[in-house]
Amino acid sequence: MAKPENELTWKDLEIGGIVTEPGNASQYRTGDWRSQKPIYDFSRCIKCALCQIFCPEGCVQQNADGYFEADLYYCKGCGICARECPTMVITMKEEE
Amino acid sequence: MATRVGMEVSVAIGEMVRLANADVIAAYPITPQTHIVEHLAKLVANGELDAEYIPVESEHSAMSACLGASAAGARAFTATAGQGLELMHEVLYIASSMQLPVVMTVVNRALSAPLSVWGDHSDAMSCRDTGWIQIFTENGQDVIDNILCAFRIAEDQSVLLPVMVHLDGFHISHVIEPILLPESSDVDSFLPVNKYPLPLDPAKPVAMGDFGPPFIYTEMKWAQEVNLKQSRETIVKVWQEFGNKFERYYHPVECYRSEDAEVLLLTLGSFSETAMTAIDKMRDEGSNVGLLKLRLWRPFPFDEIRQAVAKAGVLIVLDRALSFGGLNGPVCSEIKAALYNEAKRPKIVSFVGGLGGRDITVDDFQEIVNRGIEIAQKGSEHEFEIFGVRE
Ligand code: SF4
Ligand code: SF4
Repeated sequence: MAKPENELTWKDLEIGGIVTEPGNASQYRTGDWRSQKPIYDFSRCIKCALCQIFCPEGCVQQNADGYFEADLYYCKGCGICARECPTMVITMKEEE
Repeated sequence: MATRVGMEVSVAIGEMVRLANADVIAAYPITPQTHIVEHLAKLVANGELDAEYIPVESEHSAMSACLGASAAGARAFTATAGQGLELMHEVLYIASSMQLPVVMTVVNRALSAPLSVWGDHSDAMSCRDTGWIQIFTENGQDVIDNILCAFRIAEDQSVLLPVMVHLDGFHISHVIEPILLPESSDVDSFLPVNKYPLPLDPAKPVAMGDFGPPFIYTEMKWAQEVNLKQSRETIVKVWQEFGNKFERYYHPVECYRSEDAEVLLLTLGSFSETAMTAIDKMRDEGSNVGLLKLRLWRPFPFDEIRQAVAKAGVLIVLDRALSFGGLNGPVCSEIKAALYNEAKRPKIVSFVGGLGGRDITVDDFQEIVNRGIEIAQKGSEHEFEIFGVRE
């Protein structure tokens, strides 16, 4: 998208609002309506990847050290990862 | 040379769709539309029309299949009536918002309950705000001509909108009329091959009917409104080109002996023909009356209406539908709104009649005009009068 989504005018739209750029749903920021975010104590992490499997947003990735961590651009703060983690690595913290 | 042939209008519609080379027809039979789709099914089965005929399980599916076909770049056609149109209702908005140029004939039928298979405009009026182009016709030839024009208009690159061609159930659909079907070569030169600019294509993927969060929904809707309003120019241009080629001319508002008329009657659909006879009779008797026939209902021809009524003292509008709890019939309310800010405007009198297939005869029209003049002078205790109701 040439312009940020909230600067698009009605004249910028394709006919019928057709999207011509494949995969641009990744630009849709779902992380801005989060009220809580996951924080991690990786010392207890066994790298089982359950948090990644259960995350409904598909936003959990491995960081450089191999730990599983949420991409906050998409994380909507549902807390499922914290609930599913077997070693209590994740706690949910209120957003400011 | 095209020759005039006596045929049932529904059959002629099928023949016109064949001449227009529709690629996909998805339809569910419903009275009084049945003969149209039966004829099309036969044409496809006999190999006379090279199209996919999809016998769907409901009108909701019929319109959905037309959307899919149209999105893939096919020329899609369907026909329905009354309850069938209502079952499609949700998908109608999607066709127009997605700018898919589907053409549909609506054989106008009164809505239940009580169950009625006879004609009025309650089904057409319920689609007023769906974003479709809506054209009314008054006889078989009108219907055929406007179906051809509808494909041209819908598929025009500056429009890309679905079009409904309305014809009155039974009064037009089941009548045998002398019909002039155009030559197939003339149709081909008038109606170019459909070229939807962004069709579904695996080589060039697009996403259609997408999610529209609050940051973009308003822009989408405004783009849709501007497009529908602007389509009027193309509609007029296509009708003009059609007239140049086929010598039958259509206009958003058609005037009959209205130039100098002090009193104007406004009708739409097949009743206009009876109204013309009534106007002739009243003119012969010395009354200064004329007729306006509203052909284009959406986009509404505001300028043409303002111009057509500019010199009249009284405008009597006959709606064939109720807008329950509203001020007048839907057409009259629209016209009142269109004229409200005009410095000089006629007195407007609203009638609703011809519901559920009840006839309005030449004598009835005379009565409506005379009563309308009386109301214009003396007023009425009602916002509108319902013609012929038994008290
Ligand atoms: S809080 Fe929900 S969305 Fe965010 S990472 Fe955990 S499971 Fe995924
Ligand atoms: S579920 Fe818990 S232990 Fe397993 S990878 Fe995720 S954070 Fe680590």
